[in-house]
Amino acid sequence: MAQAAAHDHHDEHHDEHHEHLNFFQRWVMSTNHKDIGTLYLVFSLLMFFIGGSFAMVIRAELFKPGMQLVQPYFFNEMTTMHALVMIFGAVMPAFVGLGNWMIPMMVGAPDMALPRMNNLSFWILPFAFTLLLSTLFLPGGGPAGGWTMYPPLSLQSASLAYVVFAVHLMGISSIMGAINIIATILNMRAPGMDLLKMPVFVWSWLITAFLLIAVMPVLAGAVTMLLTDKYFSTHFFDAAGGGDPVLFQHVFWFFGHPEVYIMILPAFGIISEIIPTFSRKPIFGYKAMVFAIASIAFLSFIVWAHHMFAVGLPLGAEIFFMYATMLIAVPTGVKVFNWVATMWGGSMTFETPMLFAVAFVILFTIGGFSGLMLALVPADFQYHDTYFVVAHFHYVLVTGAIFAIIAATYYWIPKWTGNMYSEFWGKMHFWNSVIWVNVLFFPQHFLGLAGMPRRIPDYNVAFANFNMISSIGGFLFGASQLIFLGVVIHCVWFSKKKATDRVWEGARGLEWTLSSPPPHHSFTVAPVIHDEELAHGHVED
Amino acid sequence: MTSGGIGRYGSRPKGFRHVVGALGVLALGLFGGTVQANPEPGQLNLTPGVTTYSHVPYVLNNVALGVCVVIGILVFGAMFIAMFRFRKSRGAVAEKWSHNTTVEIIWTVIPIIILITLAWLATDGLRQFSDTTGAQMTVKVTGYQWKWRYDYVDYEGKAISNVGFMSKLDDQSNATRQLNSGLDPYAVKVDGYNTYLLNVDHPLVVPINTKIRFVITADDVIHSWFVPALGWKMDAIPGVVNATWTNITEPGIYRGQCAELCGQDHGFMPIVVKAVSKEDFAKWLADQQKPVAPAVPAPASTAAAPAQAAATTAQVAPAHGTQG
Ligand code: HEM
Ligand SMILES: [Cu+2]
Ligand SMILES: [Cu+2]
Repeated sequence: MAQAAAHDHHDEHHDEHHEHLNFFQRWVMSTNHKDIGTLYLVFSLLMFFIGGSFAMVIRAELFKPGMQLVQPYFFNEMTTMHALVMIFGAVMPAFVGLGNWMIPMMVGAPDMALPRMNNLSFWILPFAFTLLLSTLFLPGGGPAGGWTMYPPLSLQSASLAYVVFAVHLMGISSIMGAINIIATILNMRAPGMDLLKMPVFVWSWLITAFLLIAVMPVLAGAVTMLLTDKYFSTHFFDAAGGGDPVLFQHVFWFFGHPEVYIMILPAFGIISEIIPTFSRKPIFGYKAMVFAIASIAFLSFIVWAHHMFAVGLPLGAEIFFMYATMLIAVPTGVKVFNWVATMWGGSMTFETPMLFAVAFVILFTIGGFSGLMLALVPADFQYHDTYFVVAHFHYVLVTGAIFAIIAATYYWIPKWTGNMYSEFWGKMHFWNSVIWVNVLFFPQHFLGLAGMPRRIPDYNVAFANFNMISSIGGFLFGASQLIFLGVVIHCVWFSKKKATDRVWEGARGLEWTLSSPPPHHSFTVAPVIHDEELAHGHVED
Repeated sequence: MTSGGIGRYGSRPKGFRHVVGALGVLALGLFGGTVQANPEPGQLNLTPGVTTYSHVPYVLNNVALGVCVVIGILVFGAMFIAMFRFRKSRGAVAEKWSHNTTVEIIWTVIPIIILITLAWLATDGLRQFSDTTGAQMTVKVTGYQWKWRYDYVDYEGKAISNVGFMSKLDDQSNATRQLNSGLDPYAVKVDGYNTYLLNVDHPLVVPINTKIRFVITADDVIHSWFVPALGWKMDAIPGVVNATWTNITEPGIYRGQCAELCGQDHGFMPIVVKAVSKEDFAKWLADQQKPVAPAVPAPASTAAAPAQAAATTAQVAPAHGTQG
C-alpha cells in the first residue's frame, strides 16, 4: 500500500497529540470526525432506549382491553414523544454518526470538511432533546397531538413553544450536518476517487443531505407558524381568521415525505455495502442503484399529499398524488431486485451484518408492499389512520432503517474499535430481533384491516387477540435490544479478539485499507487509488 | 351483520371486473368464509361492506394484496434459492458479472405494467367515490371534542328543519373505560355482540337503498368520520365542509370510530349508523319532527360555531334512543 508507510508516521504523531487531551477536551471540544461520529452513535443509542421505553408504555396499555396503566392524555404524550424521539433522536443522528465515521474514510479524506461545525451540529442535539423531554415533567404535560402536530389540536398543548424550539434546534443541527457532508463529499475526495467510483453509501448520503437542506427549513417554517398562531395572533391555520388547517398538512408533508426518505436512503446505502461484501461479488447495477436513489429523492417531493387523501382533496389531486406515489415503487423495486441479483452467483457467508441485511431486504420489501397498497386512494380511505398504516411505517422504519443501522454497527464496529464483536451474541440478537419484530408488527396489519384506528389507548374486545400478540412481541423485541447493548459494550471494552484491517474477506474500499482501529486522522496524505481496491472502481454499468 | 359479499360485486358487469371479482372471491376464501361488517375477533381482512360502493376498496385491497404476494414469492423465492445455492460453505465461487441490461429492463418494465393496471382500477373506484350527485338525502356531520353531531338536512327533496342531535359514547362503555374502573370490557354487550367503545347513546338512523350525501365538518379540532362497513373515512375539519356519500343496501347496525387524533378522548367517540328500511325511516323521522314538550335550548357544546347556532333552536333529543 503506497500510503501505508506515510501513514504510520502520521499515526504516531497524531496519537501522541491525542494523548494530551483530557476527557472534556476529547469529547466536548472534539473536531474529529470519528469522535463526533461516536458521540452521534452513542446519543442515538440512548435515544433509541428512551423512545423504546415510551413504546413499552404504549404496548403495555394496549396489552388488553380496558384502561389499566395510564390516563388517555398521557398515552397521547407517549405516542407523540415516541415518534419524535425515534425519528429525530434515534434514526437521524445514527445515520449522521455513521456518515461522520465512514464518509471521510471512504473517500480518502483526513476528516470532515468543516470540523468545528461538526462539533456544534452534534452538541446542539443534547440540548434539543433535554428541552423536548423536559416537557413531560412540566405542568400541562408534554405534546400530545401526534408527531405530525396538526393544528388546531397541537395548539391546545401547553408545551407547544418547547416543542417548536426543540424542532428548530434539531433542524439547525441536521442542516449543518448535511452541509458538512456535502462539502466533504464534493471537496475532500482523494484524487482518483471519481464521483462514480464512490461507495453507494456515500452516494446515498450525498443525496440525503440535499433532501435535508431542502426540507428542514420547511418544517421550521411550519412549526413557526404554529407558534405565531398560538402566541402572536396570526391565523395561518385558523379558519375563523381566514386561515386553513389543511395548509399546515400540506406544508408539513412537503417536509414529511422527503423526511421518511431521509430515514431510508442512507439505509439503502448501507445495505448496498454489506450485501456485496458477504456475497464476495460487486454490487449488481451500480449506476442503476445510484440513479434509483436519485430518482426516489426527486419523486419524494411530489407525493406529499398521499398522507392527506382523506382531507377532501379534489379528484384531480387525488389522482396525481396516487400516480406519483405508485411511481416510487419502480426505483424501489429496482433496488430490491439488484440486491437479490448481487447475491445471485456470489459466494455467501452469513455473519451478523449479512443476516440483518438479508432481513432488511425481505422486511423492508413487505413495508414497500403495504406502501403500494396505501397509495391506492380508494383503499387508503379504509387504511388511513388505522393500524395498517402503523404496520406499514414500522416495517419500513424498524425492519428498514433500524435494521440497517444495526447491520452497519456490526459491519463497521470491528473497524472502529479494532476488536471483533461476539458472533454468537450477534446472532442471538439477530434471531430474537427478527422473530419478535414480526410478532410485534405483522398482526397490526390485521388490526388495521379490521378497522382499529391508530393513536387510541383502548379498544373493542374484537381487537384484543392481535393486540395481545403484538404487545408480547413488543416486550420481547424491546428486551432483545439489551443483547445489542451487551454486544456493543463487550466489543468496545472487553473483546480479546483483534480485528484485521480488512475485517471481512470480501470487503473492498478505502476504509478497509486503514488500520483497525483507524488512525486519529484518517488520510492525512491522500491515498493512491487502485481501482481494483475499490468496490466499484472499474465497473462499466 | 353477516353478509356473503360475493353476490354484490359478482353481479358487476364487464369482463375484467369478473376476473377482479374472482380474485376477490379467492382472497375471500383464503380469509375465511364469513365476512362481517363490524370488527370480529381474529378478523384478517377488510370488510366488503354493505353499500353500493364498499366493494371497491375491498376488491382493490384483495387484488393489490394478491399482486404483492405473487411478487413477494418470486423475489423472496429467488433470494432463498440464491442463499442456498451460492453459499461459500457449499464451495460456491463468486462470479464476476455485475450488470445485465436485459434483465434490468425487464424488471423495470414489468412493474410498470402491473402498476398501470392497479392505477386503472383505483382510478375507476375513485371516480365512483367522488360522484356525490343525485343524492336523495343529506346529513350534516359535525365533529366535536369528543362526540358527533348529526343534523338531517333534507330527505327525498324536502328540507328537514329541526332534526339533529349529539351522539356520544354510551354510558356503560364510558364507565368501563375509566382508568382501573374494575369493570369488564367483555361485559359490555348488546344483543350478544360486544359493543365496548363501539356504542353511542343516539345512533345516526338512515334509510337503506337511498343515496345519502354527507357534509362533514368539525367545530374544534380535526376529526375523521370512519365506518368501515361504508368503505371510507372522511376528515371533519373546522372551517372546511367535505362532501361524500353512501348508499347502504342492507339493514343493520354499522359501527366505527373517530379516525383522526383529536385529543385525550379520541379513542372514545365512536360512530354508530343504524340502517333501516325506508318505511321505518319515514316513521322514525316523523317521530323526530313531532314537537317535544319542554323544548330545552341547551347548547350541548362549549363553542358556538355557526353550525351550532343554527341548530340550537332545534335541539331535539331523539324520541327513542336506539341502543344498538
Ligand atoms: C414503496 C414505497 C412507499 C410507498 C408507496 C409509501 C406510501 C405511503 C402512504 C400512501 C402513506 C400514507 C398512509 C396513510 O396515512 O393513509 C404512508 C405513510 C407512511 N410512510 Fe410510507 N410509503 C413507502 C415507503 C416508505 C418508507 C421507505 C418510509 C420510511 C422509511 C415510509 C414511512 C412512512 C411513514 C412514517 C408513514 C406514516 C406517517 C404518519 O402518518 O405518521 N414509507 N406511506
Ligand atoms: Cu409519504
Ligand atoms: Cu378523534
